[in-house]
Parts: sequence; structure tokens; C-alpha cells
Amino acid sequence: MSSRAVVATQAENPWISWDYIASHTDALAAAAREHVFLTLSSVLCALLLAFPLAVLVRRYRTLHSPVLALSGVLYTIPSLALISLLWPIFGLSPLTVIIALTTYALLVVLRNTVVGLDDVDEQVLDAARGMGMGERGVLWRVEVPLALPTILAGIRIATVSTVGMVTVGALVGYGGFGSLILSGFQQNFWHAQIFTATAACVLLAIVFEVLLHGLEWLSTPWARGRGRA
Amino acid sequence: MAEHALGARAGAGVSVIEWFTDPANWSGPNGIPVRTWEQLAMSLAAMALALAVAMPIALTLGHLRKGVFLATNIGNIGRAVPTLGVLVILASIPQIGIGNTAAALALALFAIPPLLTNTFRGIAGVDPEVRDAAAGMGMGSWRALSQVEVPLAMPLIAAGVRTATVQVVATASLAALVGGGGLGRYVVDGYALQNNTLIIAGAILTAALALATEGVLALAQRWATPRGLRTGRSAGHAELEGALVMEDAPVPR
Repeated sequence: MSSRAVVATQAENPWISWDYIASHTDALAAAAREHVFLTLSSVLCALLLAFPLAVLVRRYRTLHSPVLALSGVLYTIPSLALISLLWPIFGLSPLTVIIALTTYALLVVLRNTVVGLDDVDEQVLDAARGMGMGERGVLWRVEVPLALPTILAGIRIATVSTVGMVTVGALVGYGGFGSLILSGFQQNFWHAQIFTATAACVLLAIVFEVLLHGLEWLSTPWARGRGRA
Repeated sequence: MAEHALGARAGAGVSVIEWFTDPANWSGPNGIPVRTWEQLAMSLAAMALALAVAMPIALTLGHLRKGVFLATNIGNIGRAVPTLGVLVILASIPQIGIGNTAAALALALFAIPPLLTNTFRGIAGVDPEVRDAAAGMGMGSWRALSQVEVPLAMPLIAAGVRTATVQVVATASLAALVGGGGLGRYVVDGYALQNNTLIIAGAILTAALALATEGVLALAQRWATPRGLRTGRSAGHAELEGALVMEDAPVPR
């Protein structure tokens, strides 16, 4: 530890360094690719699992409370612990990180989907059935569109949270910008690398936030101007 | 760092159950009780700091019903910033240095959004007619806030404190990555020593502490809610469902 402290006191260790960015574009681009890959695969896996589960929970009402309670409990487990518990099984591979992050994203998306579907007015469903729609038609043409703002908000929250959590994957060698943050720390508090990687991670989260907000806006034209969150 | 590594007694080849039943892991500076206390002490310091910063702001803004934008968007900002980045940045500032201080500061920063959002929502959401009634009874701002608005907002305030505390206790395990203590020490040392037993034991301990905190606070939250506002199962249920659907969903780190 003492050798680090000595180097850390040197004067030339700026937080913001264009030289660093210019001379490390390859490393930054590789970290960005890995970060986006880990985020998108986790969120996509979560979506593929969440919707069938949500429909199942809707059909079998007894599953409702246990699923919501279990998702709350799982959500309190620290990512450091979840990744480490998966590590002996999947080893130092992206799968370890993706499975852990899929779990968290799944919980948010599932919860929002179930609650969003629950919030659909019973009278609207009656009207749809009265118009002769079958269960499938009611689900896809009435319930899902009406629950869409809540579902999409869940996807957005899950995605932005995942961007931040990917960094903890640095522990098993797959952390995107997190790996740069941690290696910068281990290389004598390399401020430029630590700060650039953290800022890049925030930027990535903002990009996803804006894109998904845009998607919410585009896909729910009927909700515009009604002040719905 | 060296003394941590030496203190991690469990050698490769020891099973997780053997590790937990070994009395050596229950005593000394690297024993489970000391590491648990380190994690809790860090969390308490972080919560004290976060409460001291967030509460005056949230109570004032909520009472004046100003700053809706800040109160509703600070959660988004908190979500977008990686905890690991803030933790490492703070630990890399020479004046702060590596260890538990940097970790407690980082944890406090991430505890502020849920505290601020929930308290603001609770206070600003008090029925205007109730506020009018309080004013009509001759209550000043301070009395209306402390005797009417805060008690009515207590369910939401308590929910915010619970969310923030559970998040802080869970995240405190990352302190070990920047040379701090806590239960994350076992996990980080385990990776450094390539010792599976230590990694798994540490992961179980950090998860158990987070879950235990959640359980204790769920009870405390019920206890802190004024009796008239307790509506039994339905309220607890609504709170449970609301927790993650709202914009202030907690973030595991």
C-alpha cells in the first residue's frame, strides 16, 4: 500500500485528461462495447423471461403475492454477493455477470408488468369482452397497451440500473467501464482513467435513459399531455 | 492489504460449512463479528450523514411545496451514477484516502436520493384541507410541519429510510474493493487468494446481513407508523407493490 501512497502524492495526476482519452481510445472503445453487450444481453434475457412470467402470474392469482414478495427479497441481495455465488458455477465468464444482472432486471420488469396489468380498469376489460374479444385479444389489444407506460418505465429503470451494476462485474473480469475503474485504482490511483471510465458509464446510462424515454413517448401517443408519469 | 490476506485463515479445500464452524473465523480482527460490526458501523455513519443532509432539505422543500423537479429526478441521477466509480474516486482523493471513510461517504451520497424523494413526497402530499385546518387552528409553519405534516407523512418517510438503509448495508460490501473492511473483505480476499470457500462464505454473509436488515426494518417501519395510519395487510401490500414501481426504486449495488 505504501508504494501507492507515494505515487499518489505526485503532482501530475489530473482527473480530466484529454491526453488520456486520446491515447486510450481503443481501450475505452473495448470497454464501451463490453459494457453495452453486458447491459443489453442482461436486459433482453430479463424481458424474454419477464413477460411469460407476468402472464402466468396473471392467470394464476395465487402466485401473485409470493412472486412480488420474493422479487422484493431477491432485490436486497448485494450484486457483489450474487455475482460471487454464481462464480463457482460459471467461472470467470460474462455469463456470471449476465445471469446476476438478468435476475435484478427481471425483478423490476416483472414487478412493473404485473402491477401495470393489475391497474387496468376492470370496466375497460368488461367493455372489451362485451365487444366479443377473446382472452388473447383482451390481453394484447387492451391490457398490454394500457399497461405499456408502466411496463416501459420498468424496462427503462432496469436498463439504467443495469448500466451502473455492470461495473461490479469487474470482480470477475467482465465489468466494462468498471474494469477500467478498478484497474485505474490499482495502478497507483490513476485519476484520469478512474474519472473517464466513471463519466463514460454515466454518459451511457443517460443515453439509455433518453432513448427509452423517447420510446415511451413514441409508443404511447394516447398518454401524451395527460401528465402521466 | 497483506494483513487482511493473512487473516483470511480458510485455506483452499476447506468446505463452506467447515469454514463457518471453525471458531477461528468467529474471533479476532478478521472474524465474522468484527467484520459485521465494521459493515454496520460504516452503514450507520453513512445513514447519519445522509439523514443530516437530506432531511432538512426534504422537509423544507416539502413544506413549501417547491423543488418538485429536484425531488423527483434525483433518483434518476442516483441510478445513472455507478457506485463503484464514486467509491473509487473518493478513495483516490489523497485527503480522503482508501478505506472505510471513503466508503461511508460514497454510501451516504447514494442514500440521499431515496430519503429526499420519499420525505418530499410524504410532506408535499399532505391533504391541502388538513394543512388549512392546521393553519386555521393557529398553528405556525413549524408546528404544522412537526405535529401534522410529519406524522401524516411518516409511512412514506419510514419507507424511504428503510430503502436507503437496506441499500447502504448491501452496498457497504463494496468497501473492501477500496481497502476498507466489512464482510466484503472475505469476498475480495477470496478472489485475491483464489479461495472459493472464502468467496462463497463472504457472499452468504453479505447477503444474509442485507436480508436481516430488510427484515428488522420492515418491523420497525410498522412500529414507526402512527397507529391511525396502519391499515393492516392492505397498506403493507400497497407499499410492497409501490416500492419498485415508483421512480425511487432502490438499486442493488
